[in-house]
Amino acid sequence: MRVVMPLFLVVGLALTAWVGWAIHLQGLFGVLVPYLAALIFVVGFCVKVVDWAKSAVPFKIPTTAGQQKSLPWIKHAKIESPFTTGQVILRMFFEVFFFRSLFRNVKGELRSGPSLIYGPTKWLWLSAIMFHYGFLMVILHHLRLATYPVPGPIALLDKIDAMFQIGAPPIYLSSLLLLIGVVALFLRRVLIPQVRYISLVNDYFPLFLIFGIVVSGMLMRYFVRTDIVAVKALVMGLVTFHPVVPEGIGAIFYIHLFLVCCLFAYFPFSKLMHMGGVFMSPTRNLPNNNRAVRHVNPWNPKVKLHTYEEWVEDYRDKLEEAGIPTD
Amino acid sequence: MAVPKPNELLKIDHKPPKKWWMDTKPTFRPGTYSYPSKPKNIEILDMWNPREWSPTDEDWKLPEDWKERILEGFRDLLKKYRSLKVFMDICVRCGACADKCHFFIGSGDPKNMPVLRAELMRSVYRGEFTKAGQILGRWAGARELTYDVVKEWFYYFYQCTQCRRCSLFCPYGIDTAEIDLAGRHLLNLVGCNINWMMEPAANCYKVGNHIGIQPHSLKDMIDFFVEDIEDLTGVKIEVPFMKKGAEVLFVTPSGDFFADPGTYTFMGYLMLFHEIGLDYTMSYYAAEGGNFGFFTGTIENAKKLNAKIYAEAKRLGVKWILGGECGHMWRVVHQYMDTLTGPADFLEVPKSPITGTVFENARSTKMVHITEFTADLIKHGAIKLDPSRNAGIKATFHDSCNPSRGMGLFEEPRYVLKNVVPEFYDMPEDTIREKTFCCGSGSGLNNDEFMEMRMRGGLPRANAVKYVRDRYGVNTLSCVCAIDRAVLQPLVNYWVPGITVTGVHELVGNALVMKGEKKRTVNLRQEPIPGMEEEEGDV
Ligand code: SF4
Ligand code: SF4
Repeated sequence: MRVVMPLFLVVGLALTAWVGWAIHLQGLFGVLVPYLAALIFVVGFCVKVVDWAKSAVPFKIPTTAGQQKSLPWIKHAKIESPFTTGQVILRMFFEVFFFRSLFRNVKGELRSGPSLIYGPTKWLWLSAIMFHYGFLMVILHHLRLATYPVPGPIALLDKIDAMFQIGAPPIYLSSLLLLIGVVALFLRRVLIPQVRYISLVNDYFPLFLIFGIVVSGMLMRYFVRTDIVAVKALVMGLVTFHPVVPEGIGAIFYIHLFLVCCLFAYFPFSKLMHMGGVFMSPTRNLPNNNRAVRHVNPWNPKVKLHTYEEWVEDYRDKLEEAGIPTD
Repeated sequence: MAVPKPNELLKIDHKPPKKWWMDTKPTFRPGTYSYPSKPKNIEILDMWNPREWSPTDEDWKLPEDWKERILEGFRDLLKKYRSLKVFMDICVRCGACADKCHFFIGSGDPKNMPVLRAELMRSVYRGEFTKAGQILGRWAGARELTYDVVKEWFYYFYQCTQCRRCSLFCPYGIDTAEIDLAGRHLLNLVGCNINWMMEPAANCYKVGNHIGIQPHSLKDMIDFFVEDIEDLTGVKIEVPFMKKGAEVLFVTPSGDFFADPGTYTFMGYLMLFHEIGLDYTMSYYAAEGGNFGFFTGTIENAKKLNAKIYAEAKRLGVKWILGGECGHMWRVVHQYMDTLTGPADFLEVPKSPITGTVFENARSTKMVHITEFTADLIKHGAIKLDPSRNAGIKATFHDSCNPSRGMGLFEEPRYVLKNVVPEFYDMPEDTIREKTFCCGSGSGLNNDEFMEMRMRGGLPRANAVKYVRDRYGVNTLSCVCAIDRAVLQPLVNYWVPGITVTGVHELVGNALVMKGEKKRTVNLRQEPIPGMEEEEGDV
């Protein structure tokens, strides 16, 4: 049920867009909904981040993954156990761009004996990399539609991407990566029993949604011819705040666009916020210089101490008898 | 209670059950849970709802407003800890952490997967604090806080040793230990805590050490150590206590005073300090470096105990503080002490009086780890060591979780070890250093009634020991943690017999060549040293 429901939901969303197109609500689905989704995304994202930022960081609690900086002749692991802000930035860089922690993944297997065997496992890392980099490139591609003239780097990306040409028009490497990534992430979620057990509707829904977006996008590009000039006119209208609704854009485009809008509107309320949260994780973004540089807790608790004087009172006779000083 | 035989225990099924986790409840089976705190300990620490009760009872005698108390406490923590707040929101349930937890590996219970342990709390967060959760309920992975949820929390939040292994592998650094600490705090609010955590904390607060040995008795014990050392080495040493104006205050976990094999490690420190002529003192008032208050998740408790160290350093007028071998003590000293009870501006930046080395990394907290200190001595050739006095020992090293993932102390103890034992072998790479496996008994779970889970949780560690035992003939498991010294011995006896657990400074004590000593024929444990038997005399 936790798998099927979100699937229906996404199909339902696609149908909604199709119906909207059929009854000529292009203005709603082509202009209003995208603006609304963008607004929800931006405001929601900011509200969430501000909300996180409002909570205090009482202690410096990095998870140290390498040798601390201590004696000068002991080799310090600068990235895994950063001491300076620069080193923290490096650590975050590897985390955000290369998924360092996932790369570290090991898999344990209990065999008879008993013996536990460990080995590296990179599948999750690989799927995640394909998915995220595919996604990033696809988004960059779409800037083609929202810019005029198309900036050099985007055009270049286009060329590079299309170099790995399969068929004509060229299948972009990026959309392929994204598609494989999303399918792989879905498959491991349903096939690995433990992961299936922990998965919620909120985990399947974005996967189906993104799958729907990729498929409708690819359909549009390779099978159902879409008037790209009209699409560009619509998108340019949106980004320049002079919205127009050109004639003759097929239903498939509106389905694609609507699913994208749903993703954006859903984003701030979901786990997808990990995109912002990863930067705010105190186990990763703080330096391991705890004993060298004091961290201040804004709400440091006041406590009642059992003082030395009270302690001496508790044991005075015994202390004196044993000759332990009590001053 | 008897723990099942190893081959019985090994029938572990890692496949989750048919029933979804929101529909299952824990069974409080002997061996898998710890006994609740006695009321008096709760009272000493000035905490909530002291009473007699048992987890197997239907009625846990929670206060009438238990739900409001927990929810209000939860809201409060979300404001106070960004870690908790962010971790409640961003888990993607990728499962990378799932098989990293020693309790999951050893028990197969799906709720011991860190992600699910955290979901136990996250589901309540969604259900009680988010609109979507309130409307969609289970469809949004949300649920209400019920009496049964409290029971489930108690079961699983006291089945986590706060080792942070999961946080190492999580792509967002989600630290289930941090969530566990928060969960335990919420449980405290309604009086659900365990005795093995609360009693040591109460003792440390009131008496000054975790067993609650009164100062004059402690003095007698120290005298015994002095006699033992004289018997073994022929050198008479002094152990300064409450000495005003000493240069250094030495604080170690009090387990070192009274529990074998920690006592041998303690003798090692004393011999070392004597040999280098360190001007130091110890204190009966602040005789405990360990901090069971930290385990309670109620940070005030950690402060109540930790603050005694600075208070005593100030009163005695020392220049800096040296800390003994302990795991969680060092998590607290390294990551919390300065913030919680500092600034220690009445102390000086630590400087070794022997080598002149300034410990820049401890510039603010002013507290140095004993293996940092000793490694520096060895590097400078300031002490004479004879590894052949540890003849026959093939050692490996257990990285305790807290100094590993909460400090990054890896090379210092290894450097010391390699200089005092004839042979050293590390365990497999994926089981040491930052990836180290927990002893399975940390965070207040080192009690006897929890033995079955301890053996389960310790399986991965024990198994790595087995690997080096079978391959290299390793017979000694050394560590820098008082809890480890106490719990690893029963663990290896159960899974890999034939291994001896020692502290690092016990081995230093054996190897240390002292001025004016007699020929040593036995080690600190009074066991004959191979190759150094008495020449003349008995057969
Ligand atoms: S590794 Fe992190 S994000 Fe993945 S399931 Fe575990 S806690 Fe969640
Ligand atoms: S902190 Fe350690 S014991 Fe707790 S859930 Fe994580 S891996 Fe398991």
